[in-house]
Amino acid sequence: MATEAREQPLVLVVEDYQDAREMYSEYLRYAGFRVAEASNGFEAIEQASALVPDIILMDLALPRMDGWEATRRLKEDDRTRHIPIVALTGHALSGHAESATKAGCDAFVTKPCLPDALVAEITKMLEMCRKLRAAAAGRGNTPIPRSGAGRTRRD
Amino acid sequence: MLQTGSPAGAHAALASVGEGEGKLALVEFMLASTDLQASARRALDWLVSHLSVRHAFVATIDPATRHLAILAERGLADTVSSDFALSLEDDAHPLIRAMHGSVPVYFERAPLFFRGSSESAAHVVPLGMHHAEEASDAVGGVLVVAANLPEIHPEVVWLADIFSRQLQRLQTRRALAETRLGQERMLLYSIINAVTDPILLTDTEGRLLIANARAEKLFSAPDDASEGWRRAVSLNNMLFSAALSTTAVEEKTLEPARRELLLVDPLEGSDLVFELLSSRAKDERQGTYVVSVLRNVTDLAKAKEEIEESYRTLRVAQAEVRDERHRLDLIIDSVADPILVTDEAGDIVLMNTPAERLFTAPPDNPEAVMRRVRANGAHLTSFVSSLLARGDEQRHRGEIGLVDPATGQPSPVEAVAGTILSEQRELTWVVTILHDLRETLEKARLYLQLKEASAALELKVAEATAELAQQNELLRRQALDLEQASSLKTQFLTNMSHELRTPLNAILGYTHMLLQGVSGSVSEPQRRSLTRIDSNSRHLLALINDILDITRIEAGRMPINVTSFRVAQLIDEVMAELEPIVRRSNLSVKSKVQPNLPLLRSDRQKVKQILVNLLSNALKFTHQGSVTVTAGFQPQGRTITIAVNDTGIGIAEADQMRIFEDFRQLDSSPARGYGGTGLGLSICRRLAATLEGAIELHSDPGKGSTFTLKLPEKLRKR
Repeated sequence: MATEAREQPLVLVVEDYQDAREMYSEYLRYAGFRVAEASNGFEAIEQASALVPDIILMDLALPRMDGWEATRRLKEDDRTRHIPIVALTGHALSGHAESATKAGCDAFVTKPCLPDALVAEITKMLEMCRKLRAAAAGRGNTPIPRSGAGRTRRD
Repeated sequence: MLQTGSPAGAHAALASVGEGEGKLALVEFMLASTDLQASARRALDWLVSHLSVRHAFVATIDPATRHLAILAERGLADTVSSDFALSLEDDAHPLIRAMHGSVPVYFERAPLFFRGSSESAAHVVPLGMHHAEEASDAVGGVLVVAANLPEIHPEVVWLADIFSRQLQRLQTRRALAETRLGQERMLLYSIINAVTDPILLTDTEGRLLIANARAEKLFSAPDDASEGWRRAVSLNNMLFSAALSTTAVEEKTLEPARRELLLVDPLEGSDLVFELLSSRAKDERQGTYVVSVLRNVTDLAKAKEEIEESYRTLRVAQAEVRDERHRLDLIIDSVADPILVTDEAGDIVLMNTPAERLFTAPPDNPEAVMRRVRANGAHLTSFVSSLLARGDEQRHRGEIGLVDPATGQPSPVEAVAGTILSEQRELTWVVTILHDLRETLEKARLYLQLKEASAALELKVAEATAELAQQNELLRRQALDLEQASSLKTQFLTNMSHELRTPLNAILGYTHMLLQGVSGSVSEPQRRSLTRIDSNSRHLLALINDILDITRIEAGRMPINVTSFRVAQLIDEVMAELEPIVRRSNLSVKSKVQPNLPLLRSDRQKVKQILVNLLSNALKFTHQGSVTVTAGFQPQGRTITIAVNDTGIGIAEADQMRIFEDFRQLDSSPARGYGGTGLGLSICRRLAATLEGAIELHSDPGKGSTFTLKLPEKLRKR
């Protein structure tokens, strides 16, 4: 998988279901990413603020603080605003996609999502961000604009 | 008295109308007058006014003194008039001489008479003598008129003539009155004249002998009378003669003959009706006369006519009253309610037929009937007397318990009585109207029953309504419960699918990782087993997803997003999506889209889902040959059709309906070679219905199938 020599990208996996979280983490590490984990919204904000990951994989249905609220807070914070967030939901209702986008998610993935499909989505997202950053660096240092990037379809 | 004949000079004098009228008035005055002096004065006045004579006088013989004395004068010297007296013996006096003459004498130099007058000449006209039937010293006189010409004016002669007659008439009366016989005759004349009815005495030939003043008016005209007057008089004479000649005046009978005689009023020209009574009078010396008395019955005839007229009117009125009475009787009889009129003593004076049935019965009826009739009468009498006892009331109302005389059945009536008072406010009659109460009572009873029935019905309706309302409430609650249950079911299924997918996600993920060798390499048998785990997990996932879809569609919670899009583009997209399967199948897959196909306005995502399903079905069940997707437009229904045709195994007719049911796959063995949940067509049918369309199937087993999706060109957004 795509890895960079100097430093591998850090992915923050936010998922309350332990088996799923560990499965995605394992596969992401297998695919060459660095991984941090959080099991609810508070932890997600804490981790994101502390580590400033390259990308966040955010399950929306979370205990204590759900994914929408966490996303809103991260996007309100200057330190974390630039981090792309890929929403992950088990509900295949179109309303979830809309509300996720509204909360500030940059991409949307529906569960069940096979690990390789997830990695492909994350890689695509990071590539797009890198290109945008490069373009922005050419014109001046501006924050990453919010993207209406595509989402993966259910099988 | 009747005057006959007239001098020719007088006729000639009636030349001018004006003079004629003056003369007429003069003559009438003379006829009516019995005063000689007044007549003389009137004559002189006429001379003064008509002939401009300024001096004139009339002197007549005074029988007592046998002197000529002045009767009237105009313009005579005072000394003359007071002292004038000429003895008849003085034959030498020119006036006496002239008086005894028969013609007027002209005195050129009269020894005379008139004061301060240059006209000393005068005409002296003798009066009376030449008209007398027998010359008498008792009657006579002169008219002296001052003159300036020897010729005497003819009018003076006429006047002298008129006055001569008057003189003669009045002097004769006076003379007659002076004898006893004369007095009697005068009295008789007066009586006859005083009779208001015309009386005539005629001889047997009808010649007129004597007529009283009334008769003269009818049967004679003065010499100077108008033409009309004369004609009327001659007509009356003719009518009278004719009446007399036709009247059988029997000598034997003393009864006067009566007949009606129609004459003409000479002065007014109006018709006069007389009753003519003629009788014969015998006189030894003079022979037989006919005395006729005319009784004016003009007014009587009129009165008779009026009486007849009023009699006729009375008859008509009587007839009307009779009719009115008859009508009233009919009306009273036609009233179904008994009506009775009783007098102040309580006896019945009038009743109509219905009343007769209650209060009368022929005596030949059984005793029971008669008794009931008497009882009814007694009830009525007591009712009427109770009304009379009150006195002050004009109306009285009460109930009487009568009995039907024929059957003995009780017949209660309501009685309304009114009193009729005379003009003197005395009670004359009592009118009583009876109203049968049986019907009223029956009606009241029925009304009560009806009311009860109505109330009962109302109660039942109210109960039914309440029950219905209760049931409605129950149904409403049930509907609410059902809705809640349905909602809960949907929520449950939605949650369950989520809860199912979370572990399934982990199963799929780990299986995948194992197959990918994330945890080290796997042996071939291990790989086969892992592949089985993987495919069953995927199948389970597909089942969960399809159940979720159906649940949402049935709950009406499938959102519809309407846009306009090209069908050709959509078909290309679907073909591209299924490209990997197509490639594996070795089938010829084509699409044929009708040119100029209109844009389809519908939910693109759902149409695509249906097409993917139909096409993947076709690919799944076709082993060789081809699969063709055809799109077309039917203008009449404004319908867009998308048909998926294959040359596959086909579907038996008996199965064609069943394949749209849930969980149907013709070969449903677990080890089937086709895969799928068996919910695909069921979902397609539901989605098509949601888009107001339908899916039709034509199939021959062994030859192939055609699934046709029909959609409205424009979906009306709900």
